[in-house]
Amino acid sequence: MSTVVETHDHGHHGPAKGLSRWLFTTNHKDIGTLYLWFSFIMLFIGGSMAMVIRAELFQPGLQIVQPEFFNQMTTNHGLIMVFGVIMPAFVGLANWMLPMQIGAPDMALPRLNNLSFWLLPMAFGILISTLFMPEGGPNFGWTFYAPLSTTYAPSTVNFFIFSVHIMGVSSILGSINIITTIFNMRAPGMTLMKMPLFVWSWLITAYLLIAVMPVLAGVVTMMLMDINFGTSFFNAAGGGDPVLFQHVFWFFGHPEVYIMILPAFGIVSHIIETFSRKPIFGYSSMVYAMASIAILSFVVWAHHMFTVGMPLAGELFFMYSTMLIAIPTGVKVFNWVATMFRGSISFETPMLFSIAFVALFTIGGFSGIMLAIVPADFQYHDTYFVVAHFHYVLVPGALFGIIAGAYYWLPKWTGNMYDETLGKLHFWLTFISVNVTFFPMHFVGLAGMPRRYPDYALQFADFNALISVGAFVFGLTQLLFLFIVIKAIKSGKKAKPEVWEGAGDLGLEWTLSSPPPYHSFTVQPQLK
Amino acid sequence: MVMPVMFSSHVFSEDSDYNMKVGVTEVSQSIFELHMLIFWICVGIGVIVFSIMFWSLFKYRKSKGAVAADFDDNLWLEIGWTVAATVVLIWMAVPATQVMVEAYDDAEGEINILITGHQWKWHYEYLEDEVGFFSNLATSQEQINGEVPKGEFYLREVDEPLVIPTNTRIRFLITGNDVIHSWWVPDFAVKQDAIPGFINTAWTNVPEPGIFRGACTELCGIKHAFMPVVVRAVEREEFDAYIAEKVTLAEAERLLTSKNWTKEELMERGESFYATNCSACHQAGGQGIPPVFPALDGSQIALSDSARHIQILMEGVQGSAMAAFGESYSEVDIASVITYTRQAWSNGKNGDGVIVTPKDIVDYKNRIDL
Amino acid sequence: MEAKRTLRNLTAIVVGMFAFGWLLVPMYDVFCEITGLNGKVTGPSFLSEESKAITEQRELLVQFMTHNNESMPWFFDSERSQMRVITGNQYEANFVFYNPTNKEMIGQVIPSVSPGRGAEYFHKTECFCFERQTLAAGERIELPVRFIIDPALPKEIGSLSLGYTLFDITDRVQPKNDLANL
Repeated sequence: MSTVVETHDHGHHGPAKGLSRWLFTTNHKDIGTLYLWFSFIMLFIGGSMAMVIRAELFQPGLQIVQPEFFNQMTTNHGLIMVFGVIMPAFVGLANWMLPMQIGAPDMALPRLNNLSFWLLPMAFGILISTLFMPEGGPNFGWTFYAPLSTTYAPSTVNFFIFSVHIMGVSSILGSINIITTIFNMRAPGMTLMKMPLFVWSWLITAYLLIAVMPVLAGVVTMMLMDINFGTSFFNAAGGGDPVLFQHVFWFFGHPEVYIMILPAFGIVSHIIETFSRKPIFGYSSMVYAMASIAILSFVVWAHHMFTVGMPLAGELFFMYSTMLIAIPTGVKVFNWVATMFRGSISFETPMLFSIAFVALFTIGGFSGIMLAIVPADFQYHDTYFVVAHFHYVLVPGALFGIIAGAYYWLPKWTGNMYDETLGKLHFWLTFISVNVTFFPMHFVGLAGMPRRYPDYALQFADFNALISVGAFVFGLTQLLFLFIVIKAIKSGKKAKPEVWEGAGDLGLEWTLSSPPPYHSFTVQPQLK
Repeated sequence: MVMPVMFSSHVFSEDSDYNMKVGVTEVSQSIFELHMLIFWICVGIGVIVFSIMFWSLFKYRKSKGAVAADFDDNLWLEIGWTVAATVVLIWMAVPATQVMVEAYDDAEGEINILITGHQWKWHYEYLEDEVGFFSNLATSQEQINGEVPKGEFYLREVDEPLVIPTNTRIRFLITGNDVIHSWWVPDFAVKQDAIPGFINTAWTNVPEPGIFRGACTELCGIKHAFMPVVVRAVEREEFDAYIAEKVTLAEAERLLTSKNWTKEELMERGESFYATNCSACHQAGGQGIPPVFPALDGSQIALSDSARHIQILMEGVQGSAMAAFGESYSEVDIASVITYTRQAWSNGKNGDGVIVTPKDIVDYKNRIDL
Repeated sequence: MEAKRTLRNLTAIVVGMFAFGWLLVPMYDVFCEITGLNGKVTGPSFLSEESKAITEQRELLVQFMTHNNESMPWFFDSERSQMRVITGNQYEANFVFYNPTNKEMIGQVIPSVSPGRGAEYFHKTECFCFERQTLAAGERIELPVRFIIDPALPKEIGSLSLGYTLFDITDRVQPKNDLANL
């Protein structure tokens, strides 16, 4: 992609000073920064909960926490990591990068952008405050199956529902903003099929979000009515059906899974082409693959509930449709490998994380295929095998994608190179500990350890101790990441506009100075 | 199903600590073979993809002076791997469908057992003989708290296992009493959700005697990890004798109601009933876990309101975790546990000292008829 | 303006999907009825003309299961736990309800047929399911279920189980403060 760019660095219109800069900002970079720091903080909160879980599971028996608190930890760990870390981090990256990648000065709806961010601290403030209430926070798993989350829930479930509503509004507003920006603010000459893949991945993700977040809002509203207004959506006593909850929840939940991975596909595609010094292989098949994954995600939801007692035809339908998803996903992996093939590859930290992403996400994909096989799923369902599977796609998948993106664009954001040696150290510690943590989970799961257990039989003890050690190392290593980021903000070798060798041709963001001007493109660039 | 010999079950030990259980039934063995087939296909694909990837990473290092080529698509290659992926998926889907049909079989069962998931125990009822019982975790709280060494079957033992005959088609009807539970025995490859208001079915046919251990696999609240499943398969003759004894015992239990019970007898029986059924929530010392599970020690009802005490045990408390015990347990059990909680801890010296006998419970049940 | 139109369309999608979420509830019921998912059954139903035309009959086992949900104190049982029936013929089974408490209570029975795909072949020409039963203190009643097993029942289904779960809906019908009872 070649561009003709004119950048003017206007001295006026800079950021306001002090706290009000952050409270009232409508600037896409400031809001992106807020999103990224928010998700970083939530990563440590959700991560501490994981540490509590792993500390308790280090040995069989109840040592540190009681099951009631353990259940609150698993529930909040899941909710925070999904809604408070992965999703806001992707929105933060979108805020920073989309205007710069499409040659726009800012997002289309800047005031809405401010609102959608500031809703998030409210939502999570409410959610986390429930942990300090006498009855405790939500304890019914992040999938909050009725009737455990309705008739049998602590009364704080009402706060949980309110907080999910706010998160939903925030995501929907953010997505509307992103789609409007992509459709209306692209530089002249940038047709849809010339958009960078990260922009494509976010366009598809944003559509998924506005399609399913309202369904989530609907399902929690039904819960609210069942709990407080005597309706019977999920209560068999009044003619409702608890299984209905699972159907509606997973109708939201499965597209949600792809919401958490598609933007990572986009990021990793950019990084692999940059450090292979070779354009991405099969650009259009990458776009079609993401679109088909998104469409298929609406017809596979019941593969999360193969043991609820569906008719044979239903089980087979959801098995086949789920297996189909392996085709576009496989195509993406093949494309990444083909991009590396005959490239000129260097191994900077973002590339290391991206290579690990491709390898480990593929392992998560394999266990995904195994889980799709219904008869075998009878043995895997709700065991640690499932925990291993979704952590492989979410940690070395989504989270590695985010970390890779952060390293990749950090010099652009701050104007300083991060410390490459520390970055590599961070990668290797993370890579090893993530595998020590999540790989043995496959084994304990197959051997029969169910998930969401605060205590377990003696045969699982050795693997669990190993998993806990891995988890502690993984958790501590992320403090190193925090240090690297702060160090890069404060000091470091000055970054050139193109930052990475040859990146100047790869996207509009590399034509701007590092750090870029406050209003990215005040004059629209023209694509040749 | 035709499977290469290398996938057969003999390669792996029966009770692996790192792989799926082969199990003892035909269905569980087919599922194991299917699992291994899919696993090896995935390994095969992984080896191909990762070798190309790591070889490229090694061969085309910039530090070794690699110069990037400039191709960015190849239609036939892309069509080729899409077709290849589809073929592999069909290769997986065919045996998966076969095993699926094998596992789904609605033929009549010789023995029908109703399994009900409760917070936090299983109830089994033999439908033909109309006898049933609860199966509770047998591991002591001291083991869980680490005060005494953990036994071999820590968290995998129950006070009364489900007994089934071998070489007999058993049909399980599975439902839930409160929240959703899930009944899983890996050796039979049976995992089925227990959903309140709905009945799911599963079946098995166990060829050899043995003890098979499983678990609850759907998050069902605080004691989710503490309601294991244990099934004992025995020869048909032994099973018939077992059922006959169960029927006799149930009859004897009904007769016990008319016996004159002493306070000590009731206390002794009540103490063990309390330990099994009540202490999970109300705690061994009766202190409860307020505000969710109220304290019994010093409770006004336990001190001075025996009528309300009986009513709570019989009818439960709406909108709370306190279930009605009236229909599930005998009059003797109900009476003894009420007497126990009225005499134990500080309640004995502070309360009114009323002893509730099985006859009181019978009267309670019949009182409106009288 | 272009952006305005995008915004309008996106808002319409959000509103539409929110409505769709609620629409899933009736859609699910229809879907369950068609597929017999969860063994969900409706109220009274009758043999279709096509089924009446099937002359071939066979014998199978029908089981009745009664279950009280959580803290429902009533005694609720079927007179017999199972019976062998011939498809196409009408049978009757009696169920006993007894309220042993000293207060009037309202119960409701929810049926479930297992296996689920057999549900559509289990025709109950008369039943008490989904109806509210109000029993005075100490009242005992017997209610019949009349049913016909459809001759079109697939051969693979060797037995049908009719499960009834009895729920206490007294408080749902007459809300009151539960805490006062504790």
